[in-house]
Amino acid sequence: MQKTETTANTAKPASASATPATTMAIIAPALGWLIPGAGHLIQKQWIRGLLLMISIVSMFALGVAMDGKVYKANTGDLLDILGFVGDVGAGGLYILSQVLDWGNAAIAVAVADYGTKFIVVSGLLNVMAAVDAYHIAMGRKK
Amino acid sequence: MIFALQLFHFSAAITFAFFASVVMGITLRNTGPEMVRYGLKCFGWFVLGMFIAGWLMWILHH
Repeated sequence: MQKTETTANTAKPASASATPATTMAIIAPALGWLIPGAGHLIQKQWIRGLLLMISIVSMFALGVAMDGKVYKANTGDLLDILGFVGDVGAGGLYILSQVLDWGNAAIAVAVADYGTKFIVVSGLLNVMAAVDAYHIAMGRKK
Repeated sequence: MIFALQLFHFSAAITFAFFASVVMGITLRNTGPEMVRYGLKCFGWFVLGMFIAGWLMWILHH
């Protein structure tokens, strides 16, 4: 019994070792999702932010230029739902594509399928970038 | 879209590998040199995988 009490007294509460969430930890990933690379730029990670922005925006733009399909919200085929989830990861680019009606043309060229993959993967990479911005804001990464 | 960008399969795959490697290098490693090394490694694996997949498809086709 004595031993149990000693252990209980020396054990740290789980919350004590965790880094408290800051405003930046909320703003950085949200902004990074909306504008690719902006989550890093707002934290003065200029080179990383610019490289992420150029890479993700270029992939999305190339996908659209190749006549790739931009998925809309749907409850149909499982692959279509997953495609939509991937596309939404691109944040502001996805919203822009919906406003400007990009990615709705009938697929007429062989590389359009590559374009569809470019768009989905750019969304997934943007999610990775937003998570990275969160880790930087929380001090888990420099 | 008035015109569709026509990339060859090879150039499309290389472009894909390049941009994906940049993002993966930055997000999955902590320091600058590590990021560059990991990005280059990813790009190399992408390209190698592409050639292996290409030859496999050629063998299966013949």
